[in-house]
Amino acid sequence: MSEVLVLAERDSSGELKKVTLELLTAARRLGSPSVVWLGPGSDAAQPRLAEYGAEKVYVADSADFAGYVTAPAAELLAHLVNEKSPAAVLVAGTNDSKEVAARLAVKISSGVLADVVDVAAGDDGKPVGTHANFGGSVTVHATVRKGTPILALRPGAVSAEPSAGAAEAEAVSFAASDEAKLAKVTERAPAEKGGRPDLTEAQIVVSGGRGTGSADGFHVIEDLADAMGAAVGASRAVVDAGWYPHQFQVGQTGKTVSPQLYVAVGISGAIQHRAGMQTSKTIVAVNKDAEAPIFEIADFGVVGDLFTVVPQLIDDINKRKG
Amino acid sequence: MNIVVCMKQVPDTEVERSLNLSDNTVDRASVDGVINYLDEFAIEEGLKLKEANGGEVTILTMGPEKASDSIRKALSMGADKAVHVIDDALAGSDAVESSLALAEALKVVGFDLVVFGCESTDARTGLVPAMVAERLGVPQLTLAGKVEVSGDEVTIRRVTDDGVATVTGRLPAVVSVNEKINEPRYPTFKGIMAAKKKPVQTLTLSDLSVDAGQVGLENAASWVEDFAKRPPRQAGVVVKDEGDGGSKAAGFLAENKFI
Repeated sequence: MSEVLVLAERDSSGELKKVTLELLTAARRLGSPSVVWLGPGSDAAQPRLAEYGAEKVYVADSADFAGYVTAPAAELLAHLVNEKSPAAVLVAGTNDSKEVAARLAVKISSGVLADVVDVAAGDDGKPVGTHANFGGSVTVHATVRKGTPILALRPGAVSAEPSAGAAEAEAVSFAASDEAKLAKVTERAPAEKGGRPDLTEAQIVVSGGRGTGSADGFHVIEDLADAMGAAVGASRAVVDAGWYPHQFQVGQTGKTVSPQLYVAVGISGAIQHRAGMQTSKTIVAVNKDAEAPIFEIADFGVVGDLFTVVPQLIDDINKRKG
Repeated sequence: MNIVVCMKQVPDTEVERSLNLSDNTVDRASVDGVINYLDEFAIEEGLKLKEANGGEVTILTMGPEKASDSIRKALSMGADKAVHVIDDALAGSDAVESSLALAEALKVVGFDLVVFGCESTDARTGLVPAMVAERLGVPQLTLAGKVEVSGDEVTIRRVTDDGVATVTGRLPAVVSVNEKINEPRYPTFKGIMAAKKKPVQTLTLSDLSVDAGQVGLENAASWVEDFAKRPPRQAGVVVKDEGDGGSKAAGFLAENKFI
């Protein structure tokens, strides 16, 4: 069975992100997964990579990956594609990895399916990616007809399923060329992690909109999220008003999420917001305006004042927890 | 400084968008074309960098005849001139092909700093700026929430899911910007009048070192096999809060085992 390269995705503290396990699950449908690990820390991750079916782990422990933007990673992947002739390359649909995929596609004269929500083997065994375009209103099946297919998988879209693999480590020596060292990283400030799950990886997302009225009012969204063990999201209106930070924005120009449950509080549901959340499995909405478009796509809606409905909901959740 | 802002005309996001049944490409004809939302920030950033450092702002766009409306708007915001790459052979190009045509056009136009919006609202791939940087062999200073030019050194704040990084490189360089970087200006009446007289140069593939066999739908590596409109979500139960709305919501969540 041919190899499928999987670019390991880690957070800013070096920990393996869940999407890496989702990538391994998707890669097993296409061939034998080989993880590509950039930088240090592969030993600690080995057991989990094995648990999710990695057969090999190519470890390139070079400081160049952290020291320069995306180009060194693309250079290493191009080298591995030429050497191993994999059936496909899978990366996470995150900012950094999508740009690595972009540069790789140019280097190996191939194509990228960006932000796919599902991956399957086609009749010829080649990968077929599913896109949820225009905010999920159109489902597209796409393939790569030239070169080694590159797919960037949206975090949270495929459920990670374990399946034992050997995860045998193989060191790859690598030093970035001068051309890959043109954009130098001089300082890093990792995103504050806090106690909540990552927005794009969370099972439940609780989002607040204009109806929260102020940064103070927005605390009720955090309280509900914490009661449910959920991530917090925000509409563009909230971010533009400065009530909540930009990295939590859900919608056309923010993050696209598809959690098991999306709770929209004080969000009217403009088309730009729906574009970021309407592929969520279940949607619950609270809004004082009965005509708000969010109710057209909600599985359950409450028309009422969020400042009375949400605290009661939090109380009920806490009571049920005992 | 010679600043080139790459701009794309996209279908308006305010209305329902789809693909063409005939060739599975984005339906651009039946929907109004607008400047890609994120490109408005790229134009604004280009203008601000010109104001701070001197030089000239050129709008570069690739697209059909219809895109000239968006070019006029960009010029009315204050850009000095525009280059419109227009060729039927480019229709249906994927990101890899578009990046080739843009990179070759940039070589013809000349540039110190190329500014992109970090993604388009139609395909939303966010791939093209990195691809163009790769093709041109210049620093990729993408996903910027702040751009500073000092001499021939460009420093950005790169904002990603994982945090913020400070990244530097030397001119010439490619930058892409996010929508928090600035507040795009509105065209003034004077700007609109002035835009009518600003030069717009058109280039075809024969002006670039690009062969028709390297671009367009038929030669694209990524290929749409089929598409379907997602069935609209069915509206579920909506209750009016009569003092028990929160409890009813909790009931729904418990029934569905979320709590």
